[in-house]
Amino acid sequence: MKTDKNTIDKTEKKSGGKPVSYKKDLIFIGIFLAVGLILAAVVFLGKKAGNSVTVSVSGKEVISFSLDEDLEYMIEGKDGGKNLLIIKDGKAWIEEANCRDGLCINMGKIDSVGQSGICLPNEVVVSIGSDEVTDEGPDVVVY
Amino acid sequence: MKTSKFTKYGLLIALALIMSYIEAQIPVFFAIPGIKLGLTNVVVLFALYAMDFKSAFIINIFRIILVGFMFGNGVSILFSLAGGFLSLLVMVLLKKFTDLKIITVSVAGGIAHNIGQIIVAMLMLQTNSIAWYLLVLWFTGIAAGVLVGIIGGEVVKRVRWEDQN
Repeated sequence: MKTDKNTIDKTEKKSGGKPVSYKKDLIFIGIFLAVGLILAAVVFLGKKAGNSVTVSVSGKEVISFSLDEDLEYMIEGKDGGKNLLIIKDGKAWIEEANCRDGLCINMGKIDSVGQSGICLPNEVVVSIGSDEVTDEGPDVVVY
Repeated sequence: MKTSKFTKYGLLIALALIMSYIEAQIPVFFAIPGIKLGLTNVVVLFALYAMDFKSAFIINIFRIILVGFMFGNGVSILFSLAGGFLSLLVMVLLKKFTDLKIITVSVAGGIAHNIGQIIVAMLMLQTNSIAWYLLVLWFTGIAAGVLVGIIGGEVVKRVRWEDQN
């Protein structure tokens, strides 16, 4: 496999003639899937109900609320960006936003530690935290 | 630069732009940002296999900047650059140092692409709560990588692009 031309010819010969061995490839993709599953396990086992909602704009913490009280709050994002945060029945979500894609609205309702709603155009991050774990370590789980 | 190569670059960059346009027309099915098919990566993958690393690199940088100016903004260019080049780097290394098939190389590239984007998002927003998305993007990266790998592999097999001179 010195030049790319050879690589192509080799691939062609292989696929045309004797069956190609996918063993290594299967192992590799298996490893990818396994890592994904471990990641999933870490995320889901580490999942616990949060009790606070923190709003950050451009990386700076702006305000935080308790998940227990129902309220509506208009987040002033970057460059006049606006996101309407709603907290109700122990869940938080973004109801309205003036960004172009509105992905933050689609992100749904969040209530577990580490979960977040993010609006990239407005640089707004709404994340769930827990006051109880602040003594033991970080209030957001890092993987 | 030889005229034939110059033409190929032009062709592939144009193709990548069309792919981006098609992809932009597909509505966002998923609630999580950053999930897309990665059709443009078929072009990059093709360039990597049918041409060489240098070509793939050049095509990658041109399509990112052009697509960024046409459909995106400064932020989206930053995201594309991080994803695109981490992905290309991983694919180049795997192609060079292992004998893995194009589909596996593409899968690794798909994952690397998403990781690159997550890193930018984490740096930009100064948050690590985005790590939740890593999980979703990890699996969608694999899925998109398989798809791109199959398409790319078939195209590489069928299109004969030896240098004319």
